[in-house]
Amino acid sequence: MSAFETTLFGRLSWDALPLAALLKNPGTNEIVANAAGAILVLGAAVVLFVLSYFRLWGVLWRDWLTSTDHKKLGIMYIVFALVMLARGVLEGVVMRAQQAAGPGDGFLEAGHFAQLFSTHGTIMIFFVAVPFVVGFINFIMPLQIGARDVAFPVMNQISLGLTVSGGMMLMVSLVVGEFSTGGWTAYPPYTGAAFNPGVGPDYWIWAIVVSGIGTTLSGINFAVTIYKMRAPGMGFMRLPMFCWTVICSSILIIFAMPPLGVAALLLAADRYLDFHFFTNDLGGNMMNYANLFWLFGHPEVYLLVLPAYGIYSEVFATFSAKKLYGYVSLVIATMSIAVLSFTVWLHHFFTMGQSALINAVFGVATMLIAIPTGVKVYDWMATMYRGRIRLSVPMLYGIGFLILFVIGGLSGVILANPTIDFQVHNTLFLVAHFHNVLLPGVLFAMLAGVNYWFPKAFGFRLNERWGRISVALWVVGFLFTFMPLYFVGLMGMPRRSFNWEDPSFQPYMIAAVIGALIILCGLLSVLVQLYVSIRDRAQNRVPVGDPWDGRTLEWSIPAPPPAYNFAVLPQVRDRDAFAEAKESGTAYLKPTGYDDIELPKNTSIGFLLCVLSGVWMFALVWWIWWLALGVTVAMLLIVIVWTFATETEVVIPAAQVKAEHEAWLALVARTPAVDRDDEAAPANLGYARPDMEGAT
Amino acid sequence: MDDKHAEHARERSRYIRGFLFALALTLTAFGIGHLYGPQTPYVYLAIGVLGLLQLIVQLAYFLHIDRRRDSREDLDLILFSTMVLLIIILGTVWILGDLHMRMQMGMQM
Amino acid sequence: MSHSDHQTYPGINLGDIDPRHQQRVETAQFGFWVFIMSDLVYFGLMFAIYITMIDAQAGGPGPHELFDLRSLFAQTVLLLTSSMTVGLASLALKYHLGLGRVYLWLVATLLLGLGFLTLEIMDFMNMAAKGGVPQRSGFLSAFYGLVPLHGLHVATGCLWLVILMIQMRVIGVTDQIKSRLMRFGLFWHFLDLIWIGIFTIVYFGGLAYG
Repeated sequence: MSAFETTLFGRLSWDALPLAALLKNPGTNEIVANAAGAILVLGAAVVLFVLSYFRLWGVLWRDWLTSTDHKKLGIMYIVFALVMLARGVLEGVVMRAQQAAGPGDGFLEAGHFAQLFSTHGTIMIFFVAVPFVVGFINFIMPLQIGARDVAFPVMNQISLGLTVSGGMMLMVSLVVGEFSTGGWTAYPPYTGAAFNPGVGPDYWIWAIVVSGIGTTLSGINFAVTIYKMRAPGMGFMRLPMFCWTVICSSILIIFAMPPLGVAALLLAADRYLDFHFFTNDLGGNMMNYANLFWLFGHPEVYLLVLPAYGIYSEVFATFSAKKLYGYVSLVIATMSIAVLSFTVWLHHFFTMGQSALINAVFGVATMLIAIPTGVKVYDWMATMYRGRIRLSVPMLYGIGFLILFVIGGLSGVILANPTIDFQVHNTLFLVAHFHNVLLPGVLFAMLAGVNYWFPKAFGFRLNERWGRISVALWVVGFLFTFMPLYFVGLMGMPRRSFNWEDPSFQPYMIAAVIGALIILCGLLSVLVQLYVSIRDRAQNRVPVGDPWDGRTLEWSIPAPPPAYNFAVLPQVRDRDAFAEAKESGTAYLKPTGYDDIELPKNTSIGFLLCVLSGVWMFALVWWIWWLALGVTVAMLLIVIVWTFATETEVVIPAAQVKAEHEAWLALVARTPAVDRDDEAAPANLGYARPDMEGAT
Repeated sequence: MDDKHAEHARERSRYIRGFLFALALTLTAFGIGHLYGPQTPYVYLAIGVLGLLQLIVQLAYFLHIDRRRDSREDLDLILFSTMVLLIIILGTVWILGDLHMRMQMGMQM
Repeated sequence: MSHSDHQTYPGINLGDIDPRHQQRVETAQFGFWVFIMSDLVYFGLMFAIYITMIDAQAGGPGPHELFDLRSLFAQTVLLLTSSMTVGLASLALKYHLGLGRVYLWLVATLLLGLGFLTLEIMDFMNMAAKGGVPQRSGFLSAFYGLVPLHGLHVATGCLWLVILMIQMRVIGVTDQIKSRLMRFGLFWHFLDLIWIGIFTIVYFGGLAYG
């Protein structure tokens, strides 16, 4: 390339397209790579076509992309997570297929397989689990504490923008250049410039840094919202359990995302500026990276799983028609887990070479976490005990979770023993363990949450039959995929291997690929459930907003909720505020008066920063310096100009609030209440007849 | 208005006192560092203690963090952050220091 | 004492703010505290890395050859003084001593901050002239990962201050601008706190153990 071209395009050239590799060297590996790229491009084209054909651009822009409404942002987070989940699951299936094609080399090249496990891990943690959790928090938490929005609505929009642009980098890496082959942990020196001069690790670094900033801002936002914006009377000990887990999760985000940022940025300094933080020579120390990464990495798993515990707590209480058992002990257990999670990071590198004393200390600290977690499991079981249990879809996910998660947790306690860890670390046993906690723990909770809160968000229930089918597929698929991995792990099969020779692994590998296909069907069944539910939405409407006889404030408002959430801020007198109101007959009362409501105006800053930060990352990855600099200045200017805006709110007049609210109250009055027996029937319009004598 | 005036004088003298305290602590730290050299036994310890004192002086005089009822929320936040920071920093130094020592032992053998 | 005086938010307060806005200002202030604590973790980790890499000098120049305590002292005094001037600016605003006085103290703060940055950059250039560049060793990488990070924060603070002064003219001294000034003051004091850690641990600690 000429000097001019290098200045203009950095190291970007036509060879970066996977098509170039296919033309040069046709083979299965390149076909798979190109098929992945083609699916992505086609998918994007279909979305663009549908939006144009149905003339949805205006709606998309006005109602969604520029919205600062926490509910819409939450929904967009979850849609993004589902899209990324589809890619993550497909990658998982391809990896299982590659390993099942052994003994021998399978159909993929080693480098391609390495990209697969790197993107699979990165996507599932940072762009599925995190946006799923953040999305649920966004949608549910302000409703549960009786607030009209989060503390900083515009910042909330920017968080979403940054998370999405990070995820887009992974999509771009599929079509332009390649992704990292260093796993989701990206350990140097392998990912350093000396051994990996290509663009892969740079894609990883910037995707992580930018989405990490977005997540940190979300954490700050949520913590401040719960501290400062609770409805009158909502003391800390009256918070719904989900909100308690949000506090703890936010604390973890606030203190645990910085180590990840430091690790990734120092790796960038090594790669771009020839620093020596983690290099082999001149005093660099790669163990500093492992230490930093896991200072983030361990709290990270709890920041994901705590809100999942919160969702299960809500689900168990609602569908057992009982108050949550042991509320105080659950709060204490959640706090203990949050604090303890900062004291165990070393168990991810027991084999690094430090002395036995240190390993023992961190091993014991790790085992301690099993105690508060055990408390939670017993509390959930005691919540169900003597409850009037309805085996609805969220509840089925919850029961699946209870059983499977205990197995995953026990394998964690086994791994916490350093002497055992020395035997099985870096084997598929470990892979089985963390999938065993993350799938039932986090993913099942997210799917349970989708089924539980979907009617609140969209005003109609999801199809019950397809929901049950998907529970069955997910649970069975999970068992088939990951239980065999425990066994091959114990037999010594290393994780992340693209090939293997020992024939005794074969039956397990085949069982695992069958499981992966069942999981894929599980994912498809979720999509079918969505399709069927949207098709039949007229029979499943729940406009009154309380289809499950819910206990917390989000069920006390219409479904879907108005932009201002609460026409009048609720006065909270007890835990489970809405259940108490229904008991005492104070639910659905006409308020004495209405006030004007101020809401944040729409703004395009989040969208602009999303696009610009995407361009910025791309420029840095491909060394297009002029573009990176220009975009940096542009982003700075946009933020500065935005701070000059003074009229950032719209006022909804009291008269309009009154009209809308009283129309809804009239609807409540003429809607027949339904029993729990008719919960899944079209008769359920969201007005629940309380039938929990003596249970509250 | 006189009330306001007195209050202003009080607040201003608070900033100035804080400044003078901090300046004195800085001067002492640099003074003993310069006179004895920080590698002299106990001198670095003294500099460390002076630094800690200055942190407290600045928090109290410039940021008005104290144990009054309405500062509690910030104090809680700062104390919790300090706890996490101490876990992170001491843990890191412990782990990597130990590793470092063992690596050197290996080289000598 | 007025109603708002009873609810003054700890940290830096600017007195009479419309009680209607009080809740919003407190929320923003608390949010900024939380942000600062998150930022503090970045610094804390860089300190930890510096400590672990203090003898990773790989035969390159070390603290004794590179550190200039005289310049360091000057930087320390400049930053400390600017902490006081920003405090005096907030008092001038709170007690209505005239916008002239407010600008005076803010400009003084800005100049002190810029002076600090100038000295710091000169320091780095002197170090580089003696071979003390980050590419030379792990120790120097850790140094340049931490001290310029603080410098970058100071530079950001200077930019923020300039914008705030422009906004005071363009938008006027509204409650929103006052609340931003409170947060700027908080940020600036925080940078001074970090600097205490830097001269104590990076410079004196480097000289003691490097």
